[in-house]
Amino acid sequence: MPQLDLDSADDRRNALRKMLLIREFENRVSERFADNEIPGFVHLSQGQEAVAVGACGALDGDDYVTSTHRAHGHSLAKGLEADRLMAELYGKEAGYCGGRGGSMHVADLDTGMLGAQPIVGASVPLGTGAALTADLRDEDWMAIAFCGDGSTAAGQVHEAINLAATWGLPIAFVIENNQYSEGMVFDEQHNIEDLADMAGSYGIPGEIVDGQDVEAVNDVVTDARERALAGDGPTLIEAKTYRYRGHFEGDEEPYRSEDEVEEWQREHDPIDNYRERLLEEGVIDEATFEELRESVVEEIDAAVQFARDADEPDPDDAYDDVFAEPVDDVDRFRDRLRADGGGE
Amino acid sequence: MSGETERLSVREAIRSALREELLRDDDVFIMGQDEEDGGSFEVTAGLHDEFGFDRVRNTPISEAAQIGSGVGAAATGLRPVVNLSFSDFIGVCYDQVMNQAGKTRYMFGGASSVPMTIRAIEGAGLNAAAQHSGTVHSMVSHLPGIKAVAPGTPEAAKGLMKSAIRSDDPVVFFENKTIYERRGEVPVDDEFTVPLGEASVEQEGDDVTVVATQRLLGEALAATREFDDLGIEVIDPRSLYPLDTDTIVDSVEKTGRLVVADESPLSYGFHAEVFARSAEDAFWHLDAPLQRVGVPDTPIPFSPAQEDEVVPDADDVRRAIERTL
Repeated sequence: MPQLDLDSADDRRNALRKMLLIREFENRVSERFADNEIPGFVHLSQGQEAVAVGACGALDGDDYVTSTHRAHGHSLAKGLEADRLMAELYGKEAGYCGGRGGSMHVADLDTGMLGAQPIVGASVPLGTGAALTADLRDEDWMAIAFCGDGSTAAGQVHEAINLAATWGLPIAFVIENNQYSEGMVFDEQHNIEDLADMAGSYGIPGEIVDGQDVEAVNDVVTDARERALAGDGPTLIEAKTYRYRGHFEGDEEPYRSEDEVEEWQREHDPIDNYRERLLEEGVIDEATFEELRESVVEEIDAAVQFARDADEPDPDDAYDDVFAEPVDDVDRFRDRLRADGGGE
Repeated sequence: MSGETERLSVREAIRSALREELLRDDDVFIMGQDEEDGGSFEVTAGLHDEFGFDRVRNTPISEAAQIGSGVGAAATGLRPVVNLSFSDFIGVCYDQVMNQAGKTRYMFGGASSVPMTIRAIEGAGLNAAAQHSGTVHSMVSHLPGIKAVAPGTPEAAKGLMKSAIRSDDPVVFFENKTIYERRGEVPVDDEFTVPLGEASVEQEGDDVTVVATQRLLGEALAATREFDDLGIEVIDPRSLYPLDTDTIVDSVEKTGRLVVADESPLSYGFHAEVFARSAEDAFWHLDAPLQRVGVPDTPIPFSPAQEDEVVPDADDVRRAIERTL
């Protein structure tokens, strides 16, 4: 059963709430990062929430997703809890990876989140491999590989889509075209207007969808999933979208104007537009929306508190999980590192 | 070796291990270029006919997708054996080996394993020139999260391939293409394995230790026959990582003299690693400068005359032993 049935009023509200949750989660990540409370690098997906929620909403719990460096939205949309995700960003033991991965390497296989992959393009072969497992075991699940427009200039992306197409694997490639590859505009990177046109070279269907419309995304991914599970192979989906924040937090964004960003926020915001639609169609009223918004703020407040209160991981655990079957070498070098002089 | 044995070539030993593991575990499958027709050097000949496309399949010439999708398949429950073919090709999929196969388990806090075997064919001697003759295992053994093996005998080849496939970790299995026809006794037992990280003392001796890999194991054993009055201990490390430091150090403590023979380029490689561990743990037992035999930091040239010049053989090992005396 897909996570969201957007014919039902309840699930339309759930979709709106999930987008609000991602937005608020990342608002707080931005603030906590600016205050040096969250270490490392973070990349926000604000503006792209409808792609994550629409696509993951079409999936069942057994389906896998692979993601990119911009993975908070996909993670929350797939079903990861905000508190443990926040704790991971804080590098805390209660995080999904025990603090080992951070924002760029979140995974939770139980929820079907097979991993964020900040090597641009790496999500695509990885997702293809998951789909190969489904195919070889004749399983009733599929995979989605999220990737950005920038990744479509990378060789491994084309290799993997060609492989998946050739073998007819159950996967959808969801390209989030947010129009910028790091600090480079789309035209500098590609000689085609629509990345969906790539599909023709693999002999698979290519779909363009308005990535600011959660229901449109949900529809196209639902169709792709049906094709995948029917044994009809992969679909390539280009979701036209936009990111509000820089490539990374702290990016001064010399490559675009504030006016451009403001226009997208004003005209094409996936949350505002869906809210208007649900108000017009009587699915929510203003009071319901306020309740949703407040519940989201409470949830994220609690997530931040959870992350702050969580324990730091034991430094000794840095030597664990290098291998499933540990080797003496790691321990030998650890002990050597710690040994004092003055011995034999 | 106890129990029944059979005489196999390295090629037959690897094929036998692959076949037994395909029979043993439905999650094991093989993919690579031309694998349906026996793959590189006929190692997998007959397996596609026996097991079919689901278990033994061709891939496009897409090394990045082969290794990358292998990681995805392994992380979701299968045990892929991916044939990279010539090890020089690792350059086009190094990211997938280094950043995906090697780091996935660690980054994700142990949430997933990558039980994948990557076969990579190494070695000079066939006049295959610079991009089909390399020995790259030092730069793979250097990567955190990756296990690497490089057997020199049929017994080690079979036992290590079975261990690699059964391992829940990514293992790169290096095959030297010039010893596929090397023959030796191999136990006839479906459960025979060689543990990862366990060296083999191929010849015992008290005077000099020679650690030799792959083709140079045979060359080293041949070289020792020229020293009638000298006890030369020859060790096949078999696994490059984890490395059986104790077996090597015990031997060096006994002999005080060490030669490392490995076909890697000499700088920053396997030789240096064995030296470092010996110096760390057996420094006060050393009686002579350490000697290493390998390729003197050149790519492999095509011309047979030049290839013979840079690629070491038994005579080079003999002279290295003499330099320790």
